[in-house]
Amino acid sequence: MITLQVNGEAHQVDAPPDMPLLWVLRDLIGLTGTKFGCGIAQCGACTVHLDGQAVRSCVLPVGALAGKAISTIETLDQSDAGRKVQQAWLTVDVVQCGYCQSGQLMSAAALVAGNPNPSDNDIDMAMAGNICRCGTYVRIREAIKLAATGHTDALQVIPDDAGTPSGANS
Amino acid sequence: MSTPTDTPIDSTLINPDRRKALKFGGLAIGFLWLGGGKAALAAINPLRQSDDAAVAAADGHPAFAPNAFVCIDTDGKVRLVMPNVEMGQSIYTGTAMLLAEELGVDLAHISVEHAPSNAQLYGTALLGGEQATGGSTSTRNGWESLRQAGAVARLLLVQAAAAQWKVAADSCTVEHGEVVHGASGRRLGYGALAAAAGKLPMPSGAIPLKDPAHYTLIGKPWRRVDAAIKVNGEAQFGIDVKVPGMKIATVRACPVFGGKLASVDDSRARALPGVVAVIKLDDAVAVIGDHYWAALQGLQALEISWDLGANAHLDTAELTRQLDEHSRTGKPIVARKQGQRPAAGKSVEAIYQLPLLAHATMEPLNATVHVSADQCEIWLGTQVPNRVVAAAVKLTGLPEEKIIFHNFFLGGGFGRRLEADIAVQAIKIAKQVNYPVKVIWSREEDVRQEIPRPMYYDRISAVLDPDGRPDYWSHRTTGASVAARWIPAALSKDGLDSDTVECAAETPYAVPNVLSEWVPCDLPQGLLPGWWRGVGPTHNLFVVESFMDELAHAAGQDPLAYRRALLQKNPRALAVLDLAAEKIGWGKGSLPPGVGRGIALGEPFGSAICAIVEAEVTAEGSVRMRRVVVGLDCGQMVNPSSVSAQVQGGLLFGFSAALYNGLTVKNGGIVESNFNDYRNLRINETPAIELHVVQTTASPGGMGEVGTAIAAPALANAVFAACGVRVRNLPIERALAAHHEEARKAVARRKQGDRAEALT
Repeated sequence: MITLQVNGEAHQVDAPPDMPLLWVLRDLIGLTGTKFGCGIAQCGACTVHLDGQAVRSCVLPVGALAGKAISTIETLDQSDAGRKVQQAWLTVDVVQCGYCQSGQLMSAAALVAGNPNPSDNDIDMAMAGNICRCGTYVRIREAIKLAATGHTDALQVIPDDAGTPSGANS
Repeated sequence: MSTPTDTPIDSTLINPDRRKALKFGGLAIGFLWLGGGKAALAAINPLRQSDDAAVAAADGHPAFAPNAFVCIDTDGKVRLVMPNVEMGQSIYTGTAMLLAEELGVDLAHISVEHAPSNAQLYGTALLGGEQATGGSTSTRNGWESLRQAGAVARLLLVQAAAAQWKVAADSCTVEHGEVVHGASGRRLGYGALAAAAGKLPMPSGAIPLKDPAHYTLIGKPWRRVDAAIKVNGEAQFGIDVKVPGMKIATVRACPVFGGKLASVDDSRARALPGVVAVIKLDDAVAVIGDHYWAALQGLQALEISWDLGANAHLDTAELTRQLDEHSRTGKPIVARKQGQRPAAGKSVEAIYQLPLLAHATMEPLNATVHVSADQCEIWLGTQVPNRVVAAAVKLTGLPEEKIIFHNFFLGGGFGRRLEADIAVQAIKIAKQVNYPVKVIWSREEDVRQEIPRPMYYDRISAVLDPDGRPDYWSHRTTGASVAARWIPAALSKDGLDSDTVECAAETPYAVPNVLSEWVPCDLPQGLLPGWWRGVGPTHNLFVVESFMDELAHAAGQDPLAYRRALLQKNPRALAVLDLAAEKIGWGKGSLPPGVGRGIALGEPFGSAICAIVEAEVTAEGSVRMRRVVVGLDCGQMVNPSSVSAQVQGGLLFGFSAALYNGLTVKNGGIVESNFNDYRNLRINETPAIELHVVQTTASPGGMGEVGTAIAAPALANAVFAACGVRVRNLPIERALAAHHEEARKAVARRKQGDRAEALT
């Protein structure tokens, strides 16, 4: 048994030490917001925070994670940067299919937490590991700038009163 | 209008339905033939149908459900049922807007629900009545009928309120989910009226729809209805489903197309902790585990022997050779013939080749199935619910009502989820065990078991008149037909698959003499051709618009002016061309060395689009896009935010393929395996994209594939403008690498020649 600190709670998991964190989160703990995309750290869909850093959970063996603080998309709204990034994603209306967006948001939140005014180059450096097949990159770039600076100049913006009705989760 | 009609058409070669169908484009053309044109367009029924009873029962009999799309409960909840599936294209938002506009509710007050599998209620007329999402048909299909469905609900709610107040129905209005009697100031919420409205008889005849001047939703940018649950991990994709007692499987199918399983030694796999079972199929082995990691470890411990079959030595060169041979010696099927090849004039000709393409949806293919003695339950995000259910009926022998299907958000579709292969495989696995099993393909399996966009091999030529304009245009496409496999009834009597000539048989331009034809060239047994975002137009617009650029160059004319001269009878196409050219400042100022601009224009899926790409080609032959400017006429925009998202995303999807993508076949299988060797454009490679729209109130055109279809030619033409290399063989990266090698050799030869000269 390995004890992991996930989203502020201790979880005892029966996992072999070489099992990647991604599958422990999804199949053992039941947190499915973190996504499987490639299994080889090429797409970033599985990005989580490890002690505040954005890491690819699909290649991270859980055996090395005892005592580390792991946080996932499910608690992104508990950090200031996380809330700002989520709100900016809504304001700019970033998502399309949405599958890669947990990873995008986790990478973006880590960037914004450490950089109050990221340049295009900073965004490229932080986000180039996250693939989006739908091609939401144009809006991701805008949303990160909005989240970091609060400035909405020249951005695609949808006001909050436009509403966000509940979705189709069955 | 979508095509110039200044020249007489040889009516023996043009099916009269075809011209009507052309405004729909893409997949819809074949289906319209099948469906008999206009009659099929009314299939979404805004009134209650017999099939509604079962759906209502399953839904706990909502108080007010006047049709299959609107449910209002007594607590005032407004639930809208989505006939199409959401795979990123924002159709849940657009559909909700069409319903809510006429119903008189705000988007903040509705919720959306996935439709059950039921083609009678949720079939897409433009896809032959099948419950399928594809071909950029959803908005065009539902534009009238979904607004009508909202209007029926509103009318009955108003009648219920008017009866209660004993006033005339036409003295009442609706707003924000309430019926209002202005004269007396009385208001009643829809929840309070639901029960009474549910008892009223259905109206007869079409209900007048809102004057566009009074739209409160349509035409304004609204946030997606699924936005909130897609930023906090709540949205449920098929891969996320949790079923009690469920195990996880992963699969390896024969890596050679059409190959079979010979034998497997699973002794090492079965000994691994967490491995539950090893399941053999005809062409694959699945390992079931307590979790995916155990299943994957088990799969990697298998010793599998394959019966490789007839394709064991197949490679890309052989596939290309077959296409080349068919294009020369095969029997062409004529799609359009108008006039004759003139005897005189400058002749230009070229061969264009397009590779096999993977879909590589971010969510790898997966399906969860539980087969028990008396039912089969399926959890799956799919573009074709009916096909999945039909496959389950066939494989289990159970009646249709015993197939319980649950749809989900799709982590990308792009045409890959128009196939039921993952469901078929998962059902076969689930039949062998007595618990629910979630089958997840690794990314490597997802790429190597592709049903790819087929290769195409196009011979194109033109004869120029003394002014340099095309007097004759001949375009012969050669390739496999997706429709022949997927919906064979959609082929015309003479065997033409209109998808193979879509945007080739009809171009925006006025050319006096035209020949458009297709030579079928089937892929080898076991390698299936699949629909891929942009379908026929993505293939043909690359060839047509690249060649149009070649002609301008051959005529020594500016590519913009050259196109303009051919568009004088096509104001819609001319307008988007001029708009994009003006906004990018075409012909004004100068560009740095190595930077060029490329134009592409087309009218796919009932929309008109012009993209102008500004790109730099470095000395090493790598391409960097600087800027893209788009002119678009897609008719009435339902949600401008979604339209611009589809332009941005559609272009980037097309640029990824144009720059990097092409599946390589070697030893009978696909060489590429993951995002390391099947590259996708990343944020640092993404150019600025500007969209400029010609505002109209014409019926909406399709938007989900328009950007993808126009991307490759605009980029390839920019590459030509930047470095003088004409890309006739995608992907661009490989074409430039090949050219770089030629250039390097040419330099070396010249140096050797210099030395030889010096020696003599």
